Amino acid sequence: MKTPGLTRRSFIKGAGAGLFLAGVPLSWPLPVWAKSLDTGINAIPPQTRYDLTIGYFPIRIDGKKGTSTGINGSVPGPLVRLREGDDVVLNVTNDLHDTAHSSIHWHGILVPFPMDGVPGINFAGIGPGETYQYRYHVRQAGTYWYHSHSRFQEQTGAYGPLVIDPKDGEPFEYDRDFPVVLSDWSFEDPEAIFRHINLEGHYYNYQRRTVGDFFRDADKHGFGNTLADRMAWGKMRMSPVDLADVTAYTYTYLMNGHSPAMNWTAKFAPGETIRLRFINAAATTNFDVRIPGLDMEVVMADGKAVEPVPVHEFRIGVAETYDVLVRPQKNRAFTIFAESLGRSGYTRGTLTPAAGMEAEVPALRPRPVRKLEDIGMAMMSGSSSGQMGANNMQHGHTDNGNRPKPDPDVPGPNGPKPFMPEKNINVAMVVHNPRYRLNEPGLGLGKDDWRVLVYEDLVSAEPHPYKHTVDREMTINITANMERYMFSFDGMKFTEHPGPYLFRHNERLRLFLVNHTMMDHPIHLHGMWMQLENGAEKLPFKHTILTKPGEVLSALITPIEKGDWAFHCHLLYHMEAGMFQVVRVA
Amino acid sequence: MTLKTGFMIRRAALFLLILCAPGLALGQNTSSSGSSPYPAGYHKAAPGPPGGKAIRKYADDTGPEARKNFGAQPVHDNEMFAFFQADRFEYQAREGEDLMLWDVMAWVGGDYNKLYLESEGSWLMDAEEFEEIGVELLYGRSIDTFWDFQLGVRHDFEPDPERSFAAVGLQGLAPYWFEVDATAYVSEDGDVSAGLEAEYDLLITQRLIVQPRLETSLAVQEVEEYGVGQGFNDITLGLRLRYEIRREFAPYIGVSWKRKLGEAADLAEKEGEDTDTTAFVAGIRFWF
Repeated sequence: MKTPGLTRRSFIKGAGAGLFLAGVPLSWPLPVWAKSLDTGINAIPPQTRYDLTIGYFPIRIDGKKGTSTGINGSVPGPLVRLREGDDVVLNVTNDLHDTAHSSIHWHGILVPFPMDGVPGINFAGIGPGETYQYRYHVRQAGTYWYHSHSRFQEQTGAYGPLVIDPKDGEPFEYDRDFPVVLSDWSFEDPEAIFRHINLEGHYYNYQRRTVGDFFRDADKHGFGNTLADRMAWGKMRMSPVDLADVTAYTYTYLMNGHSPAMNWTAKFAPGETIRLRFINAAATTNFDVRIPGLDMEVVMADGKAVEPVPVHEFRIGVAETYDVLVRPQKNRAFTIFAESLGRSGYTRGTLTPAAGMEAEVPALRPRPVRKLEDIGMAMMSGSSSGQMGANNMQHGHTDNGNRPKPDPDVPGPNGPKPFMPEKNINVAMVVHNPRYRLNEPGLGLGKDDWRVLVYEDLVSAEPHPYKHTVDREMTINITANMERYMFSFDGMKFTEHPGPYLFRHNERLRLFLVNHTMMDHPIHLHGMWMQLENGAEKLPFKHTILTKPGEVLSALITPIEKGDWAFHCHLLYHMEAGMFQVVRVA
Repeated sequence: MTLKTGFMIRRAALFLLILCAPGLALGQNTSSSGSSPYPAGYHKAAPGPPGGKAIRKYADDTGPEARKNFGAQPVHDNEMFAFFQADRFEYQAREGEDLMLWDVMAWVGGDYNKLYLESEGSWLMDAEEFEEIGVELLYGRSIDTFWDFQLGVRHDFEPDPERSFAAVGLQGLAPYWFEVDATAYVSEDGDVSAGLEAEYDLLITQRLIVQPRLETSLAVQEVEEYGVGQGFNDITLGLRLRYEIRREFAPYIGVSWKRKLGEAADLAEKEGEDTDTTAFVAGIRFWF
């Protein structure tokens, strides 16, 4: 099944709509569900058994050939569609002959811990040539995804969508159903990417601030202010434009395996309601998604139903999922536009009533700049007074009268436990006054003339099975030293922790997460829900929470399953650099 | 097909010179708890079990499965890297005699421990001989967020006669993004000296970068044989404009101005040498 000399792009360009409709087999390695001009996944029935093989497969992106670690021959992998209440069997075979192990983790699915798929935590991994049988009872519904949890296999294509049909019918109505899997592809070996960002943190950042930017800022904000701003950042040795470690310099951003040029396309008839299941399967890219000309209604977050929220744009952190309903009335095409948070690139697809139609692709917005306020640090004269921990730490005294006072918006009576490490190579910055930021859309959003989803908008529309009284509080600090590319929790890389974090079985735990870094980190907890304390009466269920710099947020957790569970930043290279820990439920 | 193999071979081949790799020490297990001041009205939530043995006891309650050692590593956060960089590799056109200069370093190691091999020297184009060849072998340890402590030896093959030194230094990133490398030396004859280098990157565009550079050396004792005087010996100011075709490969041009100071200048004058030199430079900065 090869078409030599014919690139996917030129094939799309060259082939008329008639060819597609005539059923000419499309030859590039894509699973059925991800093909362009498909009518959705309504026709793909759930199964109770899947056989998945992770292997080396050829991939073509924009005509360039590469090698992927795809699943069953394609990137993304096949749609795994299950039904709530079923007992399912998933046989996963590792055909990557030169790897230590492979694995599949069912992201967001509540399973007994030996089925969770993290090598070294839940099982030994799947050796080359071996098959591991995952068996579990499906006790939830919604949009999820699956991916390899071994080294960098996820970066090179080992991921796919996982859709579970509810046993009692969907909580909303729609005519068509499309998974929209966002990801980041590079022809570079991820080992090389990891090495590059370890050796030079800004290796992929071609949007740094220049001398020209200085003078433009000086023009706008005054020379003194601009100099003070640059000095404050310089003193900390932090960059306000270090938004993503890896950028479009090496990435091609994909939508359902299609580059922007390959333009994944979905069909609709005007007047229909379309369900788009957005899944961020990228290794390191947070996306901002909008469909110019269409209102979106967010109806599910991380697979769990929420009260519908009308929005025009939402930020989807790595590993998050959002189900969105759109109701195009006009007989025209619409662009599904997903910009990277760092604004280095985008991917797009098209919703169209007829083949061959395309809508305008918006321009990338300018790269935003973080403010000192974002990290709980005031601009101007106060900037050097020592609110920043880095300065304190280096001189060994931690108490300069700056008592932490919890933001009144932070839930619970206490707020997070103050984080005051002694001198620590892992920790480049300590935010002493973390803020509640769930009402903010995030860096670079909210200044346009449209409505952007914030975490506070999410109100659960699911039954609440857990008790309400909080038994215990716990704080985990998100820490990093970008200059050395060291990422950690509580100032300790994974291998430096004395032991796992301990949760008690069926307790009600309030977990504070405090982000002491300059970056947004999507924090993922395996095996149990985190209910984000966003002020809603019914707290939304999340498996992955995107934390902002300088933010404190809290989640209520009921650990329902005993065993060891992974807890980590879902930016793949941060996880591999140490921002990973085991949660032990006993 | 083998995504990793080519890379590993390249990595291994680079550092034939470095035979031993430093062991990985894990250190720095700073607990986040401790005597932290709580705000008024702060009441303690029920604490989790304490660390150390108690954790293991607590874990014992989970049954055998959870404590099983699966023999696989979930993440690899102590990765060793190997790095080679030619910070300056350039031709210097001077008023007197032109020369080729190199300033290169390599290290192998992880987040906390590194083994450095550094070399700096120059080749005189007309005389067709080395003016200076210095090689340093240093063990580096992270001692602070942005600083590495270094300890090792230096050997000067040129100028003649050869000399060896013990070296101790500090390398890292100073506030406001200055790359700093300061090293003190004790020669085999007991003479004490020190060198300081500082660099700063100023972005004209994303790829066009101006790098001011300062280098100075000082000595505690006069060593007439090598033209070394007491106090500050010289200062070198450089300005290099490079274009990063890739991050790893950047041709540059620039100027370098060196002035001998104090006793060293007197010694140079006595020998009939210039006390200050201006050079136009062209070179390549590269790493892999």
